[in-house]
Amino acid sequence: MQDTFAILIDGKEAAAHAGETILDALRRAQVDTPTLCTHEHLTPAKACRACVVELKGSRALVASCERKVEPGMELRTDSRRVLEARRGVFELLLSQNDVSAAPALVLQAERAGADRERYRGQRYDRGLHDDNELYVRDYDKCILCYRCVEACGPDVQNTFALTVAGRGFSAGIAAGYGESLPDSACVFCGNCVAVCPTGALMDKREHTLRAEGRWDESRYDVVQTTCSYCGVGCQLELHVDRRSNQIVKVTSPGDHSITQGFLCVKGRYGYSFVEA
Amino acid sequence: MHEPVLLRRQGHPDATLEAYVADGGLKGFARTREIGQAATVAVVTESGLVGRGGAGFPTGRKWESVRTAAESERYFVLNADESEPGTFKDRVMIETDPYMVLEGVLIACYAIAATRAYIYVRGEYRGAARLLAAAATQLAAAGHLDGIAPGGRPLAIEVRHGGGAYICGEETALFRSIEGYRGEPMSKPPFPTVAGLFRKPTVINNVETIANIPDILSRGAGWLQRYGTDRSPGVKLFSVSGHVGRPGVYELPFGAPLQELLDLAQAGRDLRALLLGGAAGTFVFPGDFDMPLSYEGAQSRAATLGSGALIAFDQGTDLWRVAERLGNFFAHESCGQCVPCRIGTRRQHEMLAALADGSGGDGERERIATLGQVMTDASICGLGQTASTAVRSLIDAESRGLLAV
Ligand SMILES: Cc1cc2nc3c(=O)[nH]c(=O)nc-3n(C[C@H](O)[C@H](O)[C@H](O)COP(=O)(O)O)c2cc1C
Ligand code: SF4
Ligand code: SF4
Ligand code: SF4
Repeated sequence: MQDTFAILIDGKEAAAHAGETILDALRRAQVDTPTLCTHEHLTPAKACRACVVELKGSRALVASCERKVEPGMELRTDSRRVLEARRGVFELLLSQNDVSAAPALVLQAERAGADRERYRGQRYDRGLHDDNELYVRDYDKCILCYRCVEACGPDVQNTFALTVAGRGFSAGIAAGYGESLPDSACVFCGNCVAVCPTGALMDKREHTLRAEGRWDESRYDVVQTTCSYCGVGCQLELHVDRRSNQIVKVTSPGDHSITQGFLCVKGRYGYSFVEA
Repeated sequence: MHEPVLLRRQGHPDATLEAYVADGGLKGFARTREIGQAATVAVVTESGLVGRGGAGFPTGRKWESVRTAAESERYFVLNADESEPGTFKDRVMIETDPYMVLEGVLIACYAIAATRAYIYVRGEYRGAARLLAAAATQLAAAGHLDGIAPGGRPLAIEVRHGGGAYICGEETALFRSIEGYRGEPMSKPPFPTVAGLFRKPTVINNVETIANIPDILSRGAGWLQRYGTDRSPGVKLFSVSGHVGRPGVYELPFGAPLQELLDLAQAGRDLRALLLGGAAGTFVFPGDFDMPLSYEGAQSRAATLGSGALIAFDQGTDLWRVAERLGNFFAHESCGQCVPCRIGTRRQHEMLAALADGSGGDGERERIATLGQVMTDASICGLGQTASTAVRSLIDAESRGLLAV
């Protein structure tokens, strides 16, 4: 039996289940909460701080994606402190990052009332890492959400090709010890690409088509199929360009019981034989 | 004149175990073995000792939660990372009396039944690390570590060296560093006493905190209260630097007036301001030099003692330039994990640079204040949460007309 108890959200009583996070409870109570780094299949990185809430008795705000509920917790999600902190997080990100491939981030920033002009200063200028045939890395777009590190590491892939290097404003994602991807431990499963929320990691084909102005989602059909390479039975979504009948991208549904959205290099990138 | 307690062996010839014992050393530890673990922790709790590493948490309470923890694997960590700008009292404490510091470690380890002790020393403090390692070897050779660890085993003391990151003084980042990971702070709760080093119950104490322990045990729970004030019992080490005649470490009972410390350090009469409490402290102006140096005394002037750092600035100092240097420090030392601090400290430094260069204006002041609140509220750890404290105290002082020359 699930242990259920009451907590207070903005003065209203809500049900919470032992072991879940504050964010889980907020979502069930339909309290709109911005999030950037948290991901349903990954350990909360509590790094972006967009989901902070006020917890009675706590000096600083707490990250709702990580903090577990406790009986009697009194939370505020609508106080000035919370709203200003969230707005600040988005304003800081806008002052640093190239958000051109992160429409979800921009939308959340607008909803938080972020003013693009408030903070100005040095922006990321890290150049494009285009060192392999399968995906590119544009760290000017990276918000250091840690999703790729966790997906490549113990949460999914256990390959540990990615890590955070440097500190402060210079902190960023590195493959191995600053090597190119082919020289690192990377096995090109693309699971980091699948979880990246900003477009910093992007399949090479999508990146090329976008660069040529030929990426047009309205032309793509999603075809469901089962991967034919092995007996695991991963479900694939083939994004197929209706006009050219070309596969432009392969993904897997995040709620699929076998894959949870994660694939291996063959399922995700080994599709050119179809076109041969 | 205050007779030094913690620094009473200053000026003694080379610290040796024999000299330490001849001078009454190891009595506290003998007492601990006599009265046992629970009574030892009770004495520390009753003494009123609170942490000297900056947060001021009651030491006995920490020890008690680990002593009574369900898990049998526990650790003790001595925090000798000391990287706060203007803070050097732990170094002086160790170099003056490494055996007293280690006796405190033995008492702590015995009291909480620690399976192992770690001493995390700031990387640049090679001399201090050598002294501690040598003293630990001497104590082991003389059999003083025997039977401290559970099961009657000798206590293993491991000295670790920091790699030059201020953030690794923050307790949870320090644990990560010992474990071999990037020094990134973790959220609290869980607190170290519940899930600390290697996720096991851990007591982590500052060097100065631990240096108080031997006397508290040998002289009794009431000893500390012979010094200081009701709410801040004991003595405090202050690191004084900047525009003073005799910079150095001074020991005073809590509650002594700030002016007394300035006189000891031969500060001139032309001081413009002090930075009290380190980079995360506050600016204090001459009108407050009568402030009692106690936790409550500082609080009553909206200041903080922090780790006891005091940097003095004379009339010729451009305080906005000082603020810019502080901003640079935080931007440089942020671990980069969370957005408010990673980007916020950089933006703060840029705005402070503009103010120091005279190109910034009221817009910058307002933005710094807004940003400061975001960093304070939303950052993961104490670094981001306090990165704007000093700067905001300067803006506040300016608005009260205190910066007028
Ligand atoms: C950014 C940061 C740096 C810190 N650096 C140190 C340090 O160098 N030495 C220290 O003793 N405590 C430092 N602390 C405080 C520790 O986290 C911890 O509170 C302290 O070691 C506990 O010991 P105490 O209870 O004896 O004071 C730091 C805290 C923060 C947030
Ligand atoms: S493609 Fe797979 S192995 Fe390579 S970095 Fe991404 S998650 Fe790691
Ligand atoms: S590359 Fe993408 S997934 Fe990785 S940290 Fe940056 S934004 Fe997050
Ligand atoms: S507040 Fe700063 S130092 Fe602390 S976790 Fe966040 S980025 Fe790292």
